[in-house]
Amino acid sequence: MAQNASNAIESGGAKGRVGAPAADDRPWVGRSLERVEDGALLTGRGRFIDDLGVAPGTLHAAILRSPHAHADILSIDTEAARQSPDVVAVLTGEDIKALTASLVVGVKAPVECWPIATDRVRYVGEPVVIVVAADRYKAEDALDLIDVRYAVRPAVVDPLAAIAEDAAILHDGFPRNVASDRRFRYGDPEAAFADAAHRISVDIRYPRNSCTPIETYGVVADYNPGEDAYDILANFQGPFSIHAVISRALKLPGNRVRLRTPPDSGGSFGVKQGVFPYIVLIAAAARVAGRPVKWIEDRLEHLSASTSATNRATTLSAAVDRDGKILALDWDQVEDCGAHLRAPEPATLYRMHGNLTGAYDIRNVAVRNRVVVTNKTPTGLNRGFGGPQVYFALERLTHAIAVELGLDHLDVIRRNLVPAEAFPYRTATGALLDSGDYAAGIELGVRDGGLAELKRRRDAARAEGRLYGIGYAAVVEPSVSNMGYITTVLTPAERRKAGPKNGAQATATVSIDPVGAVMVHIASVPQGQGHRTVISQVVADVFGVAPKDVRVNTEVDTAKDAWSIASGNYASRFAAAVAGTAKIAADRLAARLKRIAATQLNVEADDIEFAKGRVGSKSNPDNSIPFGRVAALSHWSPGSLPDDVGQTIRETAFWTPPELTAPDEDDRVNSSLCHGFIFDYCGVEIDRVTGETRIDSYVTTHDCGTILHPGMVDGQIRGGFAQGFGAALLEEFAYGPDGSYLTGTFADYLLPTATELPELKILHMETPSPFTPLGAKGVGEGNCMSTPVCIANAVADALGVQNIELPLVPAKVTEFIHGEERAAPEGAAVKPRAKTPGERCMQGEGSAHVNVGPETVWTMLLDPETLRAIIPGCHSVEKVSDTHFRADVTLGIGPVKGRYRAEVKLTDLDPPRGVTLGGSVDGALGFGGGEGRITLTPDGKGGTTLSYKYDAAVGGKVASIGGRLLDGAARVIIGQFFAALARQAGSSVAEGGSAGLLSKLRALFGAKK
Amino acid sequence: MKPAAFDYVRAETLDEALGVLAAEGGDARVIAGGQSFMAMLNMRLARPKVLVDIMRISSLDAITEEKGEIVVGAGVRQAKLLAWDKLSAKIPLVALALPWTGHVQTRSRGTICGSVAHADPSAEMPLSLIALGGSVHLRSAKKRRRVLASDYITGMMSTARSDDEMIEAVSFPVDAGNGYAFREIARRHGDFAIVACAAIARKDGVRLAVGGVADKPEIRDLPLLNGSALDDALNAFAYELDARDDVHATARYRRELVRRIGRSVIEEALTCRG
Repeated sequence: MAQNASNAIESGGAKGRVGAPAADDRPWVGRSLERVEDGALLTGRGRFIDDLGVAPGTLHAAILRSPHAHADILSIDTEAARQSPDVVAVLTGEDIKALTASLVVGVKAPVECWPIATDRVRYVGEPVVIVVAADRYKAEDALDLIDVRYAVRPAVVDPLAAIAEDAAILHDGFPRNVASDRRFRYGDPEAAFADAAHRISVDIRYPRNSCTPIETYGVVADYNPGEDAYDILANFQGPFSIHAVISRALKLPGNRVRLRTPPDSGGSFGVKQGVFPYIVLIAAAARVAGRPVKWIEDRLEHLSASTSATNRATTLSAAVDRDGKILALDWDQVEDCGAHLRAPEPATLYRMHGNLTGAYDIRNVAVRNRVVVTNKTPTGLNRGFGGPQVYFALERLTHAIAVELGLDHLDVIRRNLVPAEAFPYRTATGALLDSGDYAAGIELGVRDGGLAELKRRRDAARAEGRLYGIGYAAVVEPSVSNMGYITTVLTPAERRKAGPKNGAQATATVSIDPVGAVMVHIASVPQGQGHRTVISQVVADVFGVAPKDVRVNTEVDTAKDAWSIASGNYASRFAAAVAGTAKIAADRLAARLKRIAATQLNVEADDIEFAKGRVGSKSNPDNSIPFGRVAALSHWSPGSLPDDVGQTIRETAFWTPPELTAPDEDDRVNSSLCHGFIFDYCGVEIDRVTGETRIDSYVTTHDCGTILHPGMVDGQIRGGFAQGFGAALLEEFAYGPDGSYLTGTFADYLLPTATELPELKILHMETPSPFTPLGAKGVGEGNCMSTPVCIANAVADALGVQNIELPLVPAKVTEFIHGEERAAPEGAAVKPRAKTPGERCMQGEGSAHVNVGPETVWTMLLDPETLRAIIPGCHSVEKVSDTHFRADVTLGIGPVKGRYRAEVKLTDLDPPRGVTLGGSVDGALGFGGGEGRITLTPDGKGGTTLSYKYDAAVGGKVASIGGRLLDGAARVIIGQFFAALARQAGSSVAEGGSAGLLSKLRALFGAKK
Repeated sequence: MKPAAFDYVRAETLDEALGVLAAEGGDARVIAGGQSFMAMLNMRLARPKVLVDIMRISSLDAITEEKGEIVVGAGVRQAKLLAWDKLSAKIPLVALALPWTGHVQTRSRGTICGSVAHADPSAEMPLSLIALGGSVHLRSAKKRRRVLASDYITGMMSTARSDDEMIEAVSFPVDAGNGYAFREIARRHGDFAIVACAAIARKDGVRLAVGGVADKPEIRDLPLLNGSALDDALNAFAYELDARDDVHATARYRRELVRRIGRSVIEEALTCRG
């Protein structure tokens, strides 16, 4: 039954959805109540981990991180740091190895996974040393005193390059950098491809991004030697299966690792799962320091090294008949999990395994899944979790089928949908689609979203020569993960050996105090969603009280609360699983309360109802008593309870859906319990000059089963849309070819703000899930899955091209529009450099003129004293050999200054005509290396023209945070070198090698006169 | 992300501030609105020994008109200049460009002179000051001097300021009655410009100023051209700026925008001139 909900968020619960019964009798569930969380959050009274007080004497940790993507650690000198004021402990990888065990690796392989580098660094930002000091400032001061020597190895950045024959290897236990390579076959894909009229394929490169919560990671850990136990507060979000990973790493049984979560969390979107390696590190640091240790991750740490979604290379082919009906799919996915395969990865790949056919009825599927390691940040949970990657390929494919067969994309989608009468529908790969009417969802979206009008706008725009396109996406949104899906990465034989894993235990505890006040505890670890509000609605309906009479606590303490490995905030499990489990617990108490009330009121239990704060007879409304009176009996007068009724003080319910079975012998897996449906379409216009993509209209239609709180459902949709929009247009974790991390600030990792986001039209229909207590399905991640590909399809439609890669950076988009670039004018000295975007190799050239002959210049270049004078900011030069110098230099531009070790080597000496000067610098702000050829040409008047040409590369912190300015900065610094050389030679006349450089060098030299 | 230790001097008078600069030289750094510098401090990109806060020096917080120039003191925040009621009448180009500088929140803290001192190649205020032929008023304990803005900025975040000097003010020549246009392309509004273009159309020609491409804002004076002659001139200018790639844009994209946006701001400025 389709029902069109209001787009506006209701306030105060005064208004209901269309068709709802009169206000007083309506259940609380289904209303947009004001959130109990908001008062505190909107008045600055949220209690986030960094706001909470800590025990007196708590110390603070800071972490020294790798500037290199791939390097051996030759030595670590921490002596000066240990001597630094107020430093209490310094821990290296060796110390952590001695205190802990390796983290669990996601596949069976002879590979270890430490939360800190031991002998080798494998990504920029990997922890290398932890310093614990009286405050964070002093800890960071001490980091600056640590001297780590590295031998750089070649880095692998791209997942396909990683599996190439000659690629550098990250872990010996992962040959060819492949952690897992599994093939699957369902139905008869070979026959389907052989018989089909068409084989249509797409090649997809899905980029790296993350949902970037505003609050970064935080951990406060304490070790009690008397009990041999840790007490840890962390803004961890679950799944609590990770608790087992943490206690295993800390080499203690779980009952000696008490993990608590703070009352509020500043967002997670899956990302806070990735705090667990730091829980291990900070716990170990607290043990060594003998005092509690607090660590709050900073933004640079978070962006560069916390976690990210996976990037993926996918080739997806379809066997298609003449009408666009898909007969088979062939998936080849190469998943990039970064430098370590931390549990629960490669879950991103297998979370969607049951849903590889999306919303479509396709019976034949072949799959090859390869999991690859590269020199990038290890991946983990992220909103959408595998969905964006899968649906980008699948819905780009349905678009490609439409284009290739000359069909309307929407017709191709319609033709392949799972039919409404087929539910519950078992997909070829094993998912049991619980309920839905996908065709009705599409018709609702088409009708109420105004597709006909949008098509008119498109036609009008195109008639004016504007670039306008419409894109569609139909996706199934899985929720409530099967804890066993990840074992699909194992072969059936391996699974038999390991024992079955399945289910998804949700838990809730309802208790009633001596005067009838209701408390609920759930282990769902909300990160801002409003779980407390919804639970109060659900439980209030059961007991016939008002939501304000039900207080909900969502803090988790593993030492006291009911929890399971499935506890936590992920896989959109709250509405479907946790809220339902709270209802089960409340129902159980209510059933007992009914029996008690029945004796009190002298009626049958079946005749009892809870309403308006009272417990009474349905048949005789005058016969009732206050809820509190009945509820209090268990406390005050247990002896007067009916026989066998038990207590009504506290009830903990556990619920796991029987549908979540372990993967079967044929590798079919019901990876999730619930499956919502989303149909999106949008109109976009692309600016012909700037290449900017403007969303003209975006309509998203959802069926998430029963809606518990319409306002929050719309909030989830808007939030997911914002992140999907960011992934489509703005966000990417960018890496240089050497593995340098290039987007370490929010000036380079671009998030959409309210200014960028277009209005969103949201439509709803409700097909309750038969598998969940409340009929609700998850709704938290859908638009992260549907929006990136919907926008990409619209852009493909506007441009008439197929190879769309995200994010849709305008510079990239204009390559489809602008055509061949106009050539430089005749005689122009500057040539455009042939470089690929984002490449960090800097090149430059220039020249200077000095009033002495080449021989004099030559002697100067080889003289340490001259070098000391002309190397910018040089403090000392040590001559290692005639052609090898070491120097201690301060380099910088403007206020940016850092001290570096420099090595300079001269090669290809051709006295006095030319020399190649190779150098490297290394310091706290990063490292750089380069080579330049200097040519000396006599000017015929006793002077010399020095020409130089260089290639340089910069990495580390400066590359992560200052990429936009590096080229110019390198030019300034290299210019300083030649300016000083010219000055040293008694001259200050310079000529640029190019018109552009001329002015710069003139300006530079002019300033030094 | 905590700064290294530094001493903090909150100067009450200009002399006090200049005294610190004279004594500490390159180890001292002036802080005004702090919108670029605080981030650099926190990331330890900058480690001054002494920080001199000039925002309590009331004499610096003034916008005055002197001899055909609008003099903006070092304490004047961007929001204040933007709200100045004579801005559009006296320096219309600045009125057009200033809303592109950061965001409402950052303009409430950031200063005009701080932006010039920082000399970011994408920044709108150095671009406007250079386009208008404005000057930078430098002051040390010993002397005052005026430098043309185009000479003041020597390269990427590099200026002609000596270690004992600070910017006391910048002056924009009153420039009204001509045609003006400003446009900037960035990934999001308020981001560092990929390309920023300012055009001033006078009777005898147009001036195009471009930021975000070369190491500093660059200007090109053109006669009144149209058609392909203007395209040729813009193409030559685009190549001379020696654009580069970064994660947000390619060199080629920047050249393309200089050609296309450059042309559109010139045409808009000519239209505004009437």
